[in-house]
Amino acid sequence: MHVLRPRSLHAALEDLASDARLRPMAGCTDFMVPGAATGADSDGILDLSLLSELRGIRWNDDWLEIGALTTFAEIAASNFVQEHFSALVEAARQVGGWQIQTRATLGGNIANASPAGDSLPVLLALDAELELSAAGGVRRIPYERFHVGYRETALGAGELITRIRLPRPAPNVHQSFRKVGTREAQAISKLSVALCARVDDGIVRDYRLAAGSLGPTPIRLREVERAVVGRTANSETADRAAEIATHQIHPIDDVRSSASYRRWAFARIVRRMTLDAYASSLQG
Amino acid sequence: MSIEFLLNGERIEVEAPPMSRLLDVLRRELGLTGTKEGCGEGECGACTVLLEDVPVLSCLLPLVQCEGRRVDTIEGLARSEAGPLIERLVSLGGVQCGACTPGIVVATCALLRQTENPTRAQVAQALAGNLCRCTGYEGIHRAIQALAEP
Repeated sequence: MHVLRPRSLHAALEDLASDARLRPMAGCTDFMVPGAATGADSDGILDLSLLSELRGIRWNDDWLEIGALTTFAEIAASNFVQEHFSALVEAARQVGGWQIQTRATLGGNIANASPAGDSLPVLLALDAELELSAAGGVRRIPYERFHVGYRETALGAGELITRIRLPRPAPNVHQSFRKVGTREAQAISKLSVALCARVDDGIVRDYRLAAGSLGPTPIRLREVERAVVGRTANSETADRAAEIATHQIHPIDDVRSSASYRRWAFARIVRRMTLDAYASSLQG
Repeated sequence: MSIEFLLNGERIEVEAPPMSRLLDVLRRELGLTGTKEGCGEGECGACTVLLEDVPVLSCLLPLVQCEGRRVDTIEGLARSEAGPLIERLVSLGGVQCGACTPGIVVATCALLRQTENPTRAQVAQALAGNLCRCTGYEGIHRAIQALAEP
């Protein structure tokens, strides 16, 4: 087994172009776990950890661009993220414990494609876009189209996730994230939920809901969104959101939880988050 | 493969496969058994070391990523800044079986390098990734708070 350690993105993409079987690694918080699906047992490994050009957070017009190698500790500490993307800060602070947050990268969380990835519902609710790079060029896709099946992604041969782009949120968008696990830290989620909602003059104007660990991929709950936008912000609407939401998920029984608990807890959280969004709009 | 890095302030060179866990290199190749293996899968924090002042899990750190970097383990910290903390953990009930203690000391040293007098909440946040099944954490909190006392 050999490990390549390119020092530039260009070199990394060339390496990948010449051997598409190379397994990329970065923060290794899943890669090094024995038996993990990403597997450090492959023949050749492409270590991305020296690509400093893929670290860091900056504004590019109305998009916040987060380098794929930026760690959750760096995300949680970023003023830009704290000011505009509070749900992402919440998620970043709940990934594993401190020792995981200092190593785990946002790009890794996405590429790893676990339905339980903590940041993933937040990225869906924030309408994130991904920049994918290959030796032949760069393309951008809506993040919602990235996960195409259980641990299957839209990443082509020779491609790496290079940046995560978040559109600047409209003013007064209320963001929330909730993860349910066996304890606060270090738990893989039983379920997780993210909501971005805007309520103006008592009417729901914007409502973007996403969930993790409730299906083979993280999911955006479009039907709930359609049913709620334009309605009066009240407890009936929150009940309706919760009711429809439970029909849009595909929870399973596994070692971490049961399908019935997941369904029940999810409905409660959707209802509560929706009511919280109304309450926050009243506080202005 | 030969990997060179700075370990507890000393330049060293290790001959080992690049994907060896730093944890194994420390314990088996270098005889530094202060770093403990708990779960071996990134859940318990027992194997915490500092990589460039930042707490990381040595069970998830491939040796190759240490190349040219600065690593501090419990052995180095115990000889320097961790002395007063270790004394207080012992005297104030912060240690029972001891398996988690090196990881707790290393993570706390990382916190103290960032924040001189951490609040209880900051300590709890910093140690959220260090499982202790004996003490209930109370003795650990007491020991860290006692550092601020004369």
